[in-house]
Amino acid sequence: MIKRGTKYYFDYAAATPVDPRVIQAVSFHNKNYFGNTMSLHQFGQSAKNILETSRAIVAGLIKANPEEIIFTSSATESNNLALKGVAEANHKKGKHIIISQIEHPCVMESAEWLESQGFEITRLPVDKYGLVSLAALKGAIKSDTVLVSIIHASNEIGTIQPIRAIGKICRAKGVYFHTDAAQSFGKVPINVVKDNIDLLTASAHKMYGPKGAACLYVRKGVKIEPILHGGGQEKGLRSSTVNVPAIAGFAKACEICGREMSHESVRLIKLRNGLIQGVLKRIPNAYLLGHTRKRLPNNINFRFDHVEGESMVVQLDLLGIAASTGSACSSAKLEPSHVLLALGLKHEQAHGSLRISLGRWTKKSEIDYLLKVLPGIINKLREISPYK
Amino acid sequence: MTKNASTTGLYTKKAIKCFTNPKNYGRIKNPDGIGKVGNPVCGDVMWLYLKIGKKGRKEYIEDVKFETFGCVAAIATSSILTDLVKGKTLQAALKIDNQKIVKSLGGLPPIKLHCSVLAANALKKAVEDYQKQKEKKKSK
Ligand code: FES
Repeated sequence: MIKRGTKYYFDYAAATPVDPRVIQAVSFHNKNYFGNTMSLHQFGQSAKNILETSRAIVAGLIKANPEEIIFTSSATESNNLALKGVAEANHKKGKHIIISQIEHPCVMESAEWLESQGFEITRLPVDKYGLVSLAALKGAIKSDTVLVSIIHASNEIGTIQPIRAIGKICRAKGVYFHTDAAQSFGKVPINVVKDNIDLLTASAHKMYGPKGAACLYVRKGVKIEPILHGGGQEKGLRSSTVNVPAIAGFAKACEICGREMSHESVRLIKLRNGLIQGVLKRIPNAYLLGHTRKRLPNNINFRFDHVEGESMVVQLDLLGIAASTGSACSSAKLEPSHVLLALGLKHEQAHGSLRISLGRWTKKSEIDYLLKVLPGIINKLREISPYK
Repeated sequence: MTKNASTTGLYTKKAIKCFTNPKNYGRIKNPDGIGKVGNPVCGDVMWLYLKIGKKGRKEYIEDVKFETFGCVAAIATSSILTDLVKGKTLQAALKIDNQKIVKSLGGLPPIKLHCSVLAANALKKAVEDYQKQKEKKKSK
């Protein structure tokens, strides 16, 4: 039985709850390792030790060398650093950058800013499942291309790009490959060596770690300039006093994900597929967005004809269920999600999108509850809608 | 605006109530006037149906129904508008503008004010439509 006032969290893609083991690690390090890593005394040096141990753990999750991990404060910062830093350091070689049309806003906006600074940006289209075409990528790389930045797994539709193949193409052409792995890091296996990745963005708060801790993997030898100048922390690539407790929490989160990933993804895929099938069976004119198989274990995105997303999200919220939408009405700019438009959806189709993302504490009973109430919500909104 | 915030934060309790239990939604068969408007900002749609009655020489809104494809604010303003104009003379009804609509909801978040314009416009259009139909009948 579902108790009144119970809360159902289906928005893990926006932020994950912090794992209690991580909370413990963060507060332990806050208490005991407050020192500044730049200080020579024991307080500073013991904090520095924690930082380096954490670095090794984070690196281990993607088979990187510890020296290749640059800690930052957010995925947004990492993506800014990757794009602007590589552009700045390599502009003599060329001023052409390739991204996809479904990048996170922080990559889209960074690219747009670089465009205003005289760089040329190619935005690769995607097919209706959200996949970029390898042939199109090959064709887009020119002699003055310096960087390809393609999101690993879409934060909206969960589609996972073939990064190994993308990396191979880039490597063969001598172009740096950056991938924003904020959604996939810790959820699906990544091997920066085998996947031919030069730069990779990850963030703690999407994988049960604290907010304010993230990183950019920068393969040894990649030419990159900092965007923050100051005390020279993080090999001069990211000046700022290092947030050791949050990073220790990030490392703890990585340790847990590394251990539980294979097991957990099997569990989540089962829940995910159950929910997808349940919704498509119970609700007419409902569609799954993104790829059926090449998608994150925890991501679901539906589209329902003739209903608007914010209305759905608020109806769900009133029942204690947290989800999200790519509808124009719920965005700060009142524009539909660029990702949904890139799939070829019309404005009014993007209106009816509903993202449901699962995670470590999602239970079958919660899925069942969602399945129980969602048809009624969609029905009611369709009754109100002029289109039936 | 923050007072009366519902669980959903953005909206007043009143707005949420109008959204979850909207009044007068649906269609009127053979309406005397229809107002179909789209929201140019976000692309939402509202259709308003009117049935006009007569009290002596005055015309009044005997029945009104709406259909809306839109956000919480769009549905809430649609509902409150129909509540506000039902039974009113046309003249009185046309005095209800989006500010009045917003006020009777206890406010709307600034970014959602454009949704209330949708409802006010739908009413205007429906009344216009009614008057046009009337002219047509007369000239026949
Ligand atoms: S109708 Fe789209 S924001 Fe309100």
